[in-house]
Amino acid sequence: MALTIGVPREVFAGEKRVATVPDVVEKLIKLGFKVAVESGAGDAANFGDDVYRTAGAEIIGDAATLWATSDIVFKVRGPSTDEVGLLREGGTLLSFIWPAQNPELLQKLAAKKATVLAIDSLPRTLSRAQKMDALTSQAGVAGYRAVIEAANAFGRFFNGQITAAGKVPPAKVFIAGAGVAGLSAIGTAANLGAIVRANDTRAEVADQVVSLGGEFVKVDYEEEGSGGGGYAKVMSEGFQKAQRDMYAKQSKEVDIIITTALIPGKPAPKLITAEMVKSMKPGSVIVDMAAEQGGNCELTEPGQAVVKYGVTIIGYTDLVSRLARQSSTLYSTNLFRLAEELCKTKDGIIDVNMEDEAIRGLTVIKEGKVTWPPPAPKLSAAPPAAAKPATAAPAAKKGHGHGSSSEPLPGNKLAILFGVAAVLFWLIGSSAPEKFLGHFTVFVLACFVGYMVVWNVKPALHTPLMSVTNAISSIIAIGALVQIAPSGDLAPVWIRSLAIGGIVLATINMFGGFAVTQRMLAMFRK
Amino acid sequence: MSGNLATVSYIGATILFILCLGGLSNQETARRGNLYGMIGMAIAVLATVFGPQVTAAGLPWIIAAMVVGSGIGIYAARVVQMTQMPELVALMHSMVGLAAMLVGYATYIDPSASAGLAGAEKAIHEMEMYVGILIGAITFSGSVIAFGKLSGKIGGKPLLLPGRHWLNLAGLLLVIYFGREFLHATTVAEGMTPMIVMTIVSLLFGIHMVMAIGGADMPVVVSMLNSYSGWAAAATGFMLSNDLLIVTGALVGSSGAILSYIMCSAMNRHFISVIAGGFGTDGGAPMSAGGNVQPAGEVSPILAAETAELLREAKNVIIVPGYGMAVAQAQHTVYEITQFLREKGINVRFGIHPVAGRMPGHMNVLLAEAKVPYDVVFEMDELNDDFPQTDVTMVIGANDIVNPAAQDDPSSPIAGMPVLEVWKAKTSIVMKRSMASGYAGVDNPLFYKENNRMLFGDAKKMLDEVLLALKS
Repeated sequence: MALTIGVPREVFAGEKRVATVPDVVEKLIKLGFKVAVESGAGDAANFGDDVYRTAGAEIIGDAATLWATSDIVFKVRGPSTDEVGLLREGGTLLSFIWPAQNPELLQKLAAKKATVLAIDSLPRTLSRAQKMDALTSQAGVAGYRAVIEAANAFGRFFNGQITAAGKVPPAKVFIAGAGVAGLSAIGTAANLGAIVRANDTRAEVADQVVSLGGEFVKVDYEEEGSGGGGYAKVMSEGFQKAQRDMYAKQSKEVDIIITTALIPGKPAPKLITAEMVKSMKPGSVIVDMAAEQGGNCELTEPGQAVVKYGVTIIGYTDLVSRLARQSSTLYSTNLFRLAEELCKTKDGIIDVNMEDEAIRGLTVIKEGKVTWPPPAPKLSAAPPAAAKPATAAPAAKKGHGHGSSSEPLPGNKLAILFGVAAVLFWLIGSSAPEKFLGHFTVFVLACFVGYMVVWNVKPALHTPLMSVTNAISSIIAIGALVQIAPSGDLAPVWIRSLAIGGIVLATINMFGGFAVTQRMLAMFRK
Repeated sequence: MSGNLATVSYIGATILFILCLGGLSNQETARRGNLYGMIGMAIAVLATVFGPQVTAAGLPWIIAAMVVGSGIGIYAARVVQMTQMPELVALMHSMVGLAAMLVGYATYIDPSASAGLAGAEKAIHEMEMYVGILIGAITFSGSVIAFGKLSGKIGGKPLLLPGRHWLNLAGLLLVIYFGREFLHATTVAEGMTPMIVMTIVSLLFGIHMVMAIGGADMPVVVSMLNSYSGWAAAATGFMLSNDLLIVTGALVGSSGAILSYIMCSAMNRHFISVIAGGFGTDGGAPMSAGGNVQPAGEVSPILAAETAELLREAKNVIIVPGYGMAVAQAQHTVYEITQFLREKGINVRFGIHPVAGRMPGHMNVLLAEAKVPYDVVFEMDELNDDFPQTDVTMVIGANDIVNPAAQDDPSSPIAGMPVLEVWKAKTSIVMKRSMASGYAGVDNPLFYKENNRMLFGDAKKMLDEVLLALKS
């Protein structure tokens, strides 16, 4: 017999999400389940009862009936005490539980002989589990919304513009913590045109920050902050000091700070002190996404937007709910993927298979027995310091020189050229004496050698080429040398003085040319 | 040392010279290449001095002359500023030219040089001398003028005499006529007159040729003169029947010819039209304003502090230096800015147009002098595709090489010239002293583009301010 999935209205104050959206209702029905939705469950996320009905869900008027008729309950927030009371004996519940923070809730649920799958306890490093990763999907929404909230409170453009009315500098956004929410915020802020800087204690996320258009700001201290399982850990005192200095510096420079630093099971680290807030420019904005865990900023008031020292500090704890339609859609898709895993036979019956690593991690209570915490995962999918894929080999450099200009000449031009050369050579050959021809051979061959060699010279070295060829052409000194005293005696004074003049000029050139070439070449460096 | 040994030494020197040029194909081997050149030169000179053609009586003279020459040469090489390299090179070319002239005259006066020659051999020998002196004289006077223009002693504007092509033609005919006279002369004294007239004509020709060439064409002129100095050496080699001189001269000559060709194609111009002088093949004033649409829009100036801000916020920066950077001696400040930005993780690169500056490779040498590592300095072709991904391009003292009209406006005088496409970057900043147009006399539509900013002022002063703003 097919099981019934119940979707109650969220009772937590300010919670606007709903655990299942109409699209997912259809898919769940295809999996073989029956779906019951409490009347008004989707109202806050703009999904009316009619839409659910069209999708095939049964609409149930009150919560008590819904809970009573449901075999499986899909929820967003962990159940309140009242709701635990409503849960059927031996029923199944899928929702956020945070078992580490809520041991009492765990006990109460166990007392109901329930089976509870805590969506927050998913082993996140399993790549197979990513499609069920509600923390990621919700954090992504929160990061996006945080930027939107900041933009709303910020009095300027995000993108730099050069308009007829003057130049607008781009907003500078600093994002503390480059987890899912942080990365989402980086991408959003960068897309709006801001200059985005980000920091994270885990150095390996630097590439991700850059890939989204941010700039990774390093803390000037060597320590690796990966705490396993893809989370950050608490850092040493020395590191924290260096980190504080960096935050203090950034506070002075940037217009918007978005903090997302959370350490699982611990209060949020205080990154932004009152001093730093004071140092910020008036009109700046801080969005503290860790407000629910106490906040990353000392002056944060959870759930409120306050203005202190001219800086708007937004501590909303319901960022995700402020984008309820989007976050509900993503969350319910995560739950649907989990339902698929639980119901591989597609017959509307679930099987909580404790051999499956993902399901084992999710299951915090199995038929009344607390199974949390799960045994350590067998393997971490990727070692934290996974070797980066080798950067793509630099694209083959274009051959320098002038390959394009040495394209073969068109045939007819070449024929003319050869014809002219042939006539010229015939003339020379028929009239010139043998001795001249010897020199002529040497001359022509040398021209070709020079041609071949010089095409290979880099354009960057053209000046040294000129000065060195210049130095070499002072070989003309030889012509002068042989005239000074050709046959035992000194040559007549006229010839001698001409020759000496030639030698002086050529040697100036010779020494000067080589020396200056040497000087130039010594300057070229990588 | 026997004649054979000397010949073998010459072959060794020849090989070393070829290796020397080959070594310049990249920066790592270039220094060794220069060393090969020095060794080759030393071998050649020693083999000659101790060879059969020079006797002991001449040694003191030779040593004295060489000491003087080397002293001057090394001193000049030490004190020269890198921005003055083009002048120095031009000056050195003139020395080769002058030396070739002197050697030519000495050979002509020397009766033993042509002894035992008759008929065709004698004619060829005389022709060699005549041509050798001709090339030497053109090289000499042309280089002196080039030196004057480069060092600012003579104005950079082309001097366009009326009917200058006819003047050149008349000069050529005169040279040919006196060449005939010279060949018919039977004694040295008789041939001297045509020889001297020819020398004067070719000196004037050299002067006229370079005077007619505009400042932006200087890279072509310098490399062309480099080529001439090689041909002068080769002609001397023919005159003296010396293969080493012929080979070396041919190497240098073809090297200079190739450089001239590269420079010309970088400006999309024909060698002939550059040599014929002025700008443009029509030889007239460089104004084709008729079909030219005046660039519309306004010029937006920018301050140094804003420039610094733009740079600080950029990820990819390309700097395009031009002659203005050399004039302002701003390369060291450019280096400091580069280093500062690179430390911040900003990708700074340099784009060098082949004719930037006044000599082939001029910008590379200046940047190298300022310690800019050569692996961030790129050629135009290597970089042109990257401009769309570039945040800021800084054009320092360059104009025509970044003119979009070369691509967009077929009626522009520089249409078809390859240019650095700086306007494709998100923002381009042009540093200039004023709105004056470049050497080509063409207005630059780049300045009016919406994403372009003008930073007016002396490049060095402005860059210093930018650096200061960056560091604060």
